[in-house]
Amino acid sequence: MKEFEKGKMVPVPSHSIIPERDIGKTPVLECVHLGIEFGGLKAVDDFNFTIGKTEIAGLIGPNGAGKTTVFNLLTKVYNPTHGTIMLDGDDITQKTTVQVSKMGVARTFQNIRLFSDLSVEDNVRVGLHNQVKYTPFAGVLRLPSFWKKEKEFHERAMDLLSIFDMQDMAATKAGSLPYGAQRRLEIVRALATNPKLLLLDEPAAGMNPNETGELMENIVKIRDTFQIAVLLIEHDMKLVMGICEGICVLNFGRIIAKGTAEQIQSNPEVIKAYLGNSKEG
Amino acid sequence: MKLLRNLDKSSRRNYFSYVLVTAAFLIVTFMNQGGMLNKKMQGLLVPVCCYIVMALSLNLTVGIMGELSLGHAGFMSLGAFTGVVVSQSLMGVIPNEPLRLLIAILCGAAVAAVGGFLIGLPVLRLRGDYLAIVTLAFGEIIMDIINCLIVGHDEKGVHIIFNFKGDKSIADLNLLEGGTAIIKGAQGAVGTKSISTFTGGFILILITLFIIINFVRSRTGRAVLAIRDNRIAAESVGVDVMKYKMIAFVISTTLAGAAGALYGLNFTGITAAKFNFNTSILVLVFVVLGGLGNLLGSIIAATVLYILPEALRQFADYRMLIYAVVLILVMLATNNPKVKNLFAKIIPVRRKGKGD
Repeated sequence: MKEFEKGKMVPVPSHSIIPERDIGKTPVLECVHLGIEFGGLKAVDDFNFTIGKTEIAGLIGPNGAGKTTVFNLLTKVYNPTHGTIMLDGDDITQKTTVQVSKMGVARTFQNIRLFSDLSVEDNVRVGLHNQVKYTPFAGVLRLPSFWKKEKEFHERAMDLLSIFDMQDMAATKAGSLPYGAQRRLEIVRALATNPKLLLLDEPAAGMNPNETGELMENIVKIRDTFQIAVLLIEHDMKLVMGICEGICVLNFGRIIAKGTAEQIQSNPEVIKAYLGNSKEG
Repeated sequence: MKLLRNLDKSSRRNYFSYVLVTAAFLIVTFMNQGGMLNKKMQGLLVPVCCYIVMALSLNLTVGIMGELSLGHAGFMSLGAFTGVVVSQSLMGVIPNEPLRLLIAILCGAAVAAVGGFLIGLPVLRLRGDYLAIVTLAFGEIIMDIINCLIVGHDEKGVHIIFNFKGDKSIADLNLLEGGTAIIKGAQGAVGTKSISTFTGGFILILITLFIIINFVRSRTGRAVLAIRDNRIAAESVGVDVMKYKMIAFVISTTLAGAAGALYGLNFTGITAAKFNFNTSILVLVFVVLGGLGNLLGSIIAATVLYILPEALRQFADYRMLIYAVVLILVMLATNNPKVKNLFAKIIPVRRKGKGD
């Protein structure tokens, strides 16, 4: 239990979970003029944004700036009213949440959304849903393919849990895990879908500085191991400035600044948005 | 290692369900042959099996899928009347009764499956109270449609007419000499040859248990459980919500149809009104009292609560009073933590293995 709390990362998980991908500089995600209106209110407007294939990018901004709305647009929880979203060269603007997930966008949620009545391992197995398949028929009749694939489910789930050293917790109910572990499990479940792009919505929320430090290392390690792009929303500036290669600042649904950590920190617009007329942020 | 133990624990519980059902079957069969059951109790054997299957199948929708369905009796009636029609029309072709019962149950299940799919299309898009209300309506609609049904059988085959305006009767079927009416509109099925057996019911319960237990512990079942726990998260990891709800719902209605066919063929006559809202609620009571998602609980609740009102008949006026008191006690026993702790103390075996 205590060991688990540290949330250490094992050096390199076995090869079965490392997907093959070309590691170019070509963008994995491109948003062009992306926008959504809720009855005249422009929650997100003219959002132009690009993430490289193995880039860690940050999305910051005061409360209510539209950050989570961007995530909901990217995962098609909302349908954009303007613009297009390109994922790895494919237009996903008209796809459904499920299709987008299959095409390689995985996310975590600001308020944790685990399958709390299922075990930790089963949470990851549901994440593997589209990676390992057999028919319902084979499942009910316990055909050989069921046993073979369930073994694969187990092995891959354990491999993924080993990222955060969580194998010991496999049989625990997800809902009874401590808070930090629930956040980590959500990331593992998202990784199980074999994403190209991982969206993390406030991964460090409610974590102490130690945990945040470990999380930062882990996010970088996940990127290095899986060779995926990571886009994260975070209010913890130490984390954002520490690991994000590109940062995008939103305010009132619009991008007010883009660039590296240094560029953002010295940008007058950003300083105004955070410190100016608003107490929020 | 812990995982293995956990798996064992839940399999143990499942095996216990099979063992319990088998043991109960053997004991009751033995008692029956020893002449220890009176006529009334003998008459209850098959209906109890039907209601156990109904409770198990509704548990799949309510407990495992997490959606409240109030029209389950509608699917039972689809199965019942299909079963009756199939059995009565095949009487000449297949004289072997168990075989005919099997075919009738399969046909009843198939029709209920189709019905479940068609009704699931619009209904499963809804959630919570709305889904409950619409399933309730569909249950009543099925009942009303069957009320209009006039079916007869002669040498040329099965004749079906719908008596929507109330101006048609058996004569309109124009049956040939020697033909028989199977379903007479609101009078229901009449003159059915009763072919259901307790053994048939027992086998059906085992098959139902087998299907539901295996379903839940498979990739598909996990997807259904995930949707119940958190629909948005399930979608975000690529689980097609509509598809998996539909699979669970159709399996549930199919089993209800099978139970219905068994039920319909247990009586010489049966009306559509038998499968009304009250029956749906009765089955729901079995499921809720047995525990949502708890299959063994459903079996026990269905058995006890179905037999109880009959067994209490000698108390005449106090019958429903006692029934109500038992309902409340069962609710307390399954949900009140104090009572649960008390049980845990009385039966210490249950706590074993939980310490680690």
